[in-house]
Amino acid sequence: MILVVLENQRGNIHAFSQEAVVAGQQLSEKLGLDLSILCLGENASSLRDQASDYNAKNLILAQHDLINTYSADGYSKALSQVISELSPKYVLMGHSYMVRDFLPRVSAKLNMPFVSDIIAVDYDSDSPIFSRQIFNAKLATKVKANSDTVLLSFQSAAFSSDDMQIGGSENQSDFSVNLEASDIKSQSEAEFQESASGVDLTTAELIVSVGRGIESQDNLPLVESLASAMGAEIASSRPVVDMGWLPPYRQIGSSGQAVSPKLYLSVGISGAIQHVVGMKGSKTIMAINKDEDAPIFEIADYAVIGDLMEIVPKLTEEIQK
Amino acid sequence: MKIAVLTKAIPSYESSIRVDSSGSWIDESVVNFVVNESDSYALEEALQIKEQLNDDTEVVVVIMGNENNTSKVLKDGLAKGADRGIFINNENIDTDPLSIAKLFSENLKEESFDLIFSGLQSDDLGSGQTGVLIGELLGMSTATLGIETKMEDGKIKVKRELESGWFQWVTLPFPASVSIQSGINEPRYPSLKGIMGAKRKEVKSLDVSSSSNENKQKFIELFIPKTEKVTEKITGDVDSIVARMLDILKNTLKVI
Repeated sequence: MILVVLENQRGNIHAFSQEAVVAGQQLSEKLGLDLSILCLGENASSLRDQASDYNAKNLILAQHDLINTYSADGYSKALSQVISELSPKYVLMGHSYMVRDFLPRVSAKLNMPFVSDIIAVDYDSDSPIFSRQIFNAKLATKVKANSDTVLLSFQSAAFSSDDMQIGGSENQSDFSVNLEASDIKSQSEAEFQESASGVDLTTAELIVSVGRGIESQDNLPLVESLASAMGAEIASSRPVVDMGWLPPYRQIGSSGQAVSPKLYLSVGISGAIQHVVGMKGSKTIMAINKDEDAPIFEIADYAVIGDLMEIVPKLTEEIQK
Repeated sequence: MKIAVLTKAIPSYESSIRVDSSGSWIDESVVNFVVNESDSYALEEALQIKEQLNDDTEVVVVIMGNENNTSKVLKDGLAKGADRGIFINNENIDTDPLSIAKLFSENLKEESFDLIFSGLQSDDLGSGQTGVLIGELLGMSTATLGIETKMEDGKIKVKRELESGWFQWVTLPFPASVSIQSGINEPRYPSLKGIMGAKRKEVKSLDVSSSSNENKQKFIELFIPKTEKVTEKITGDVDSIVARMLDILKNTLKVI
């Protein structure tokens, strides 16, 4: 059995989970193993409704009062029970912050390997080999796991939800989770945002994103004018937010939002891996940077090598004509 | 309170990273080892807690690896203000997070730390699992991606960074293992007095090089990532660059 575990993100199936389902569908086909989808904890019954056409053989619901809100204690214990009972060959999730928070606990509890942040899957005859980035994405490595059950998490955009095979499920079942109040040692407060945001970058068609190369807050209007001339949303990499030049909800990357617009125009962004994971799913990437070796150019369709202080105002002016 | 800070020596960002002749690791002889970025924030957070509590709290810097790569990072931690060090000598290249976590847990167990801080992930292997794995193995409560901590009523409150600009406070009873995000404080530099004093601080040395922990995942081949994209380079004077960009935006992508 291949078991994909869905994550709730404010009422919906997390985008990374949808990509993990695609990975699960492909693994299931390649290895000839049944695909099961587990809706665990928070909002699980709604997740099951949303996953009804994910072409899984089994849709499994695992709920309990003590995991109606997420905790690493509760989720790790509940998922460990499901895995022990069903003995799947592979357990798949998206490499989200929640997964980083609790899936290693399952790995330690059940003494099974967790191959995290996978970017690709290849096969050595029938045995899957997982690729991961190492040394800040300067290198990658192929990883082989040796265990009856292996836990896997996939980097955002390693698989595309466009490749989802649609189809109904044969079986629906409930898994009964056993938890006691004393199992939950930590106490979680409500999730909150620092600043109210009316901006949903994830649905923007055009994004102009600014990085450290802008040098000073005083230069920000250059990029804001370009975005406004193009009708694009403005976004940024982490340093710009850390310096307080733009609010956190404008941040793209592992600690910000993950976006996949029609065009991502990056301005003065070097392309650290933490940023790239949030935007590499963009349909087209155009990057302006004066450093010819900037890592952002490795994933760009168009590498504009030059001084943004000159190019951006000129481009804005031409668009406005 | 006893606080352990797990630090790791990793190749500096500027180091050239080349695959060695075995194909399964890098050529370390051309690499300059420095402290992993988020670990230095974890150490600073621990030192600040010690200063705030102003009691007999002890901060212990823990490092695993071979002596050559790790000694400078360990000394630096002591010079910044850690009270003592634990050096876990490991001559092996261990890349299985669970096996690494077991080595730490087995060797740290008898210390009975109240709190273990670690960086959220290492910039070499990047698995982001060690702190949480050790927490589970030692029966501790766990939290990750901490961007602020507070001591309150005999517990630690951790502000966790979630995705898309969301946050959450979690309160953990001790013992607890917490991973720390980069950028949450301003790591101090060692003072001259700190550097001199570090030489007299106790370092406990352990050796796990002959450990027989089974590796449940293995690196079989390192490779240089290839991009499948065909990248068009746009260079020249500003006018010709802007003209080409406009052409692409208007005619190829049709977005303006």
